[in-house]
Amino acid sequence: MKDLRLWLGQNYGALLALALFVLMFAIYIGNHAAGLTVPVVTTAANKGVLLALVAMAQTLPILTGGLDLSVGMVFIMCNSLASSIVVGSPLETAIGVIVVLGVGALAGAINGCIVVYGRLQPIITTLATGAVYYGIALWLRPIPGGDVQEDLADFMTYTVFEVVPTSLVLLLVVVLVVWLPFRRSMLGRGCYAAGSAESAAYMSGVQIGRSKLAAYTLASFLAALAGLMLTFVTYSGEASAPIGNTYTLNSIASVVIGGTSLYGGAGGAIGSIFGAFVLRTIDDLLFVFDLPPLWQPLFQGVVLLAAVSLGAARVFRIRNRLELFR
Amino acid sequence: MSDPSARTPFWQMRGVSKHYGGVRALQGVDFACERGRIHAVLGENGAGKSTLIKIMAGVVQPSEGTMFLEGREVAFASPLEATGAGIVCIFQELSLMPDLTVADNICITDPPRRFGLIDQRAQRRRAEELLARVGCEDVHPRERVRNLSLSRRQMVEIAKALGRNPKILILDEATSALTAADVEKVYEILRRLRDEGLAILYISHRMHEIKALADVCSVFRNGRHIETFVKGARTDDQVIELMIGREYTQVFPAKPVRTEAPPKVLEVEHLSWGEQLHDISLSVGRGEIVGLGGLDGQGQRELLLALFGVLRGVGGTVRIDGGPVRITSPRKAKSAGYDMALIPEDRKSEGLMLPMSVRDNIAMASISQLTRGIVVDRGRERTRIEAMIKKLSIRAGDVDDPVATLSGGNQQKVVIAKWLMTDARIVLLNDPTRGIDVGTKQEMYQLLRELADAGTAILFYTTDYDELIGCCDRVEIVYAGRIIRQLAGEALTERNIVTSSLNLPLEIGAVEAVAQP
Repeated sequence: MKDLRLWLGQNYGALLALALFVLMFAIYIGNHAAGLTVPVVTTAANKGVLLALVAMAQTLPILTGGLDLSVGMVFIMCNSLASSIVVGSPLETAIGVIVVLGVGALAGAINGCIVVYGRLQPIITTLATGAVYYGIALWLRPIPGGDVQEDLADFMTYTVFEVVPTSLVLLLVVVLVVWLPFRRSMLGRGCYAAGSAESAAYMSGVQIGRSKLAAYTLASFLAALAGLMLTFVTYSGEASAPIGNTYTLNSIASVVIGGTSLYGGAGGAIGSIFGAFVLRTIDDLLFVFDLPPLWQPLFQGVVLLAAVSLGAARVFRIRNRLELFR
Repeated sequence: MSDPSARTPFWQMRGVSKHYGGVRALQGVDFACERGRIHAVLGENGAGKSTLIKIMAGVVQPSEGTMFLEGREVAFASPLEATGAGIVCIFQELSLMPDLTVADNICITDPPRRFGLIDQRAQRRRAEELLARVGCEDVHPRERVRNLSLSRRQMVEIAKALGRNPKILILDEATSALTAADVEKVYEILRRLRDEGLAILYISHRMHEIKALADVCSVFRNGRHIETFVKGARTDDQVIELMIGREYTQVFPAKPVRTEAPPKVLEVEHLSWGEQLHDISLSVGRGEIVGLGGLDGQGQRELLLALFGVLRGVGGTVRIDGGPVRITSPRKAKSAGYDMALIPEDRKSEGLMLPMSVRDNIAMASISQLTRGIVVDRGRERTRIEAMIKKLSIRAGDVDDPVATLSGGNQQKVVIAKWLMTDARIVLLNDPTRGIDVGTKQEMYQLLRELADAGTAILFYTTDYDELIGCCDRVEIVYAGRIIRQLAGEALTERNIVTSSLNLPLEIGAVEAVAQP
């Protein structure tokens, strides 16, 4: 009983995001001409998973008490790279995928090294490296275009057994193979510890540097995976700064909607996934209600504010004003 | 010490020094401790105790000197290495991570793992075992540390330290936040660990704790090791003389003798707040120091916060100079007509802005009184601040240095200076002497009495019973959010305070006045 209560209390944000998403998605499906069909869900999933992966990426640095403004640019850089090298024979394609993911991880390792060993602030570090990564993306793909191995792209953007969208399966695999083990590893524990109280973590002998390095590396790895997915969805690459920046900012919004504290130390990537889905579903809702897509930013802003306000509802229960500042 | 070469000590330091820039925190210290002994380390703040511990725990590295564990030379580059060698330290500033669960915190350094990943179940079992070992079965291992009281957190900290199988356990003021019941538990654990063969280093400012626990005592002063002696070889007065290096006279200034009750400045009637404060009534007269006693965490802090306008939803009536008031924020509390000041317990988070200068901190609460038009009158500010620094003898290099560079005792003086600048008529103190040295404490007692004699009404919460007896005209004992007894005059004895704090009846014949049924 006490366990359940504690669990609910500690996962309040993620559960709230899940509930909000289910509600919004139900409204969407209820008003969609086709209803709950495989194509409708697959389209929604493909769009949702892109942001979900970037949001998962953003979660890791935020948990350590930092921020990664370069996730969107790594996403774009890897999209540009993938549109050049994930082509040809199955072997060439496989090597291409590995190189794209490797480049992503390398970009993250650079971020992490600067933050950990250079002791620079994460915000400014990743703002700068993000610009560099965008520069590389532009160099790789000065004008939109390129190509991708079509069979793989089709498989990744359609369904498994004609029921489940492949992109959702990919997301589930990432959660099971990357996120959950990481969360239960010493490195993952180190990220939470560093975000919660860095000096206490140091005093407790936690390997903070290594944990943070892992967080930034893994973040860019996930952003690279999202970039790869984007290539599969669009069959091309585009070095677009607006897209990169939008994803960066939406990833932060998703993380917050998903219940992760911007101060670090509390939350998790699963909440961020639902946060991302909530943000994406706004587009779909505008579509089914025939509202101009120009309204999207406004609605996103409103939903973000609403979600954050709900998360902050505990303020009204606080009867000691000093707790407002913690 | 008949023949020091006969046996190698378990832990030994030879000629250890530590310099921070030009400041010598430790100078040529030779220090040893043995297994199966509780070794108390005494000294004022700045005597070098914390540096000694930090060196042992691998937090800082010595500038000179060598260290030996079981006869082998050791050097620690990080806390992790020291922990690995079996030296575990419980710091005064807690080393818990508030967002992590109790179990996560207890097992943070070396959690049980399966296939390389943390085994949650095994971790929880280990946490439960360790919590049971420190008698804290009531703490749920999955609770976040943030939601625990300070006293429970301290016990978790101790459980965490035990989980690392220490050879040498260092406690730095580890009991300062504990309730009396927990202190007893900790004593019991420490004695048991000693008997199991641990070397225990115990740092405390509380003499009665040292008397109750220590087998051996070492005194430090000005970064030097002054003397090590077996328990009982020195009297209290001698020990204090060694610590402060001067004649130890009277600690507390004399209380004034009153023939009639002074006019009441602050009156509280039937004050209540949620589950934590019930039907509290008390009054503080002009020039009076009224103590709040009782076990730690019975609602004393909340009472002070309620009076200072920090809490929401406070019931009951508060009167100042006979007129009812509603104080809804600290800003209102300090404004003209109320003239209140609260010296908070946690100087780092509630008392000071650490990166800001001494000057800015002292001027912070009274800045509106120092303006000319819309700008701060720097000249007047400087004069008043200098007067205050002199009055409290704050040892600061320069008023423009960040307050973080000062020692703990001097930081606390800055907090007090800040509030004295506001010329408050009602001063609320929340355990202001916690973790500060004897010398500074004495200056503080003197200051409190001077303030009272000048007409200030003082409500003084302290966890130190000696202070209640020595400083206060009256003491209200708080138990479970209620005032259960008032002690004054002859009845104000340690025995009565302890008995009342535990909500036990006083002996028949003892003078008592029960404030509220």
